[in-house]
Amino acid sequence: MESVFGLVGKDFGIVAADTSAVHSILVHKTNEDKIMVLDSHKLMGASGETGDRAQFTEYIQKNVSLYQFRNGIPLTTAAAANFTRGELATALRKNPYMVNIILAGYDKETGPSLYFIDYIASLHKLDKAAFGYGSYFALSMMDRHYRRDMTVEEAIELVDKCIMEIRSRLVIAPPNFLIKIVDKDGAREFAWRESIKDAPVSTAA
Amino acid sequence: MSIFEYNGSALVAMVGKNCFAIASDRRLGVQLQTIATDFQKIYKIHDKLFIGLAGLATDAQTLYQRLVFRHKLYQLREERDMKPETFASLVSALLYEKRFGPYFCQPVIAGLGDEDKPFICTMDSIGAKELAKDFVVAGTASESLYGACESMFKPDMEAEELFETISQALLSSVDRDCLSGWGGHVYLVTPTEVTERILKGRMD
Repeated sequence: MESVFGLVGKDFGIVAADTSAVHSILVHKTNEDKIMVLDSHKLMGASGETGDRAQFTEYIQKNVSLYQFRNGIPLTTAAAANFTRGELATALRKNPYMVNIILAGYDKETGPSLYFIDYIASLHKLDKAAFGYGSYFALSMMDRHYRRDMTVEEAIELVDKCIMEIRSRLVIAPPNFLIKIVDKDGAREFAWRESIKDAPVSTAA
Repeated sequence: MSIFEYNGSALVAMVGKNCFAIASDRRLGVQLQTIATDFQKIYKIHDKLFIGLAGLATDAQTLYQRLVFRHKLYQLREERDMKPETFASLVSALLYEKRFGPYFCQPVIAGLGDEDKPFICTMDSIGAKELAKDFVVAGTASESLYGACESMFKPDMEAEELFETISQALLSSVDRDCLSGWGGHVYLVTPTEVTERILKGRMD
């Protein structure tokens, strides 16, 4: 079961997700990127039905770009979150997307923010959030150690503590995690936490 | 678990002497897990009209957005705010529109009508209005709330006494319900001012 979690620090946001793509009992791949970079200063970590996840996050990313092309300015994190909720809510009673989303962004005027969006389109602005079976461990760890004014180093230490708990206490624990960060310098990959590496693939000469 | 109990909520509105109070709990949960302890369930439509939405959080948010839209349009056309009785009929109509695919919400409406006479009502998820002269309740803690309000309520209470009564009724009821609680949010509305207060109760 997929784990996604995120938190907001002094002037940055962090989203971490596991990277296994699973189909019933088979692990297709262990380096699947589930944290979409929506634009220069937004991250959307998603968990749920694989096809819905890939399609829906890409759809949101393209619409966020379209807004910027049409209007010349980027969406705020709050606006992107509300747009996402609107799309999920409209689809809910027709053809629901089974995707849970953690949206983290950095706005120049308001600083970092994080939004929790359920698969049934419940939206809430939070300091820390988690989805999946891993949430039982990640949320407890964060409740204990989290502070609003954490530095990046302290936050990564906390993320590592959460990953350690998930790895040791979840029966089908995902082996690898990806951590992405968003701050005033933009949204980017921060680190991988791997315990299983895919074998290198040889290509035809 | 019923869909109405997915997120958890407790709402109550009470009538006093030329004033009313509307209160809610603050928990947002996903079944047994608590997600947030500062979730807003009471929304202001205008200075003398408030609506609380119990039930499924996503439908409460969608319904609130639709109601704000309708009220803003009404304000532009009529050049005045909606009366609480009119608003209650609007909510009832919106809910019955979805009779065979309803919003899983139970609204609690409280406002000051003509000559600042307090008005409260609640309805079920398909818009059956229930007007009351004393108090209305909604949410997963509604049964406890009925008992608490029935025993604590007196007619024609002044604002401060009304605040005490509604707060005690809310906190004692949510303590018996695992899906609601984590504090309280109370709005006290008189013809001249609106007071918003946060209650600290048992945080569990």
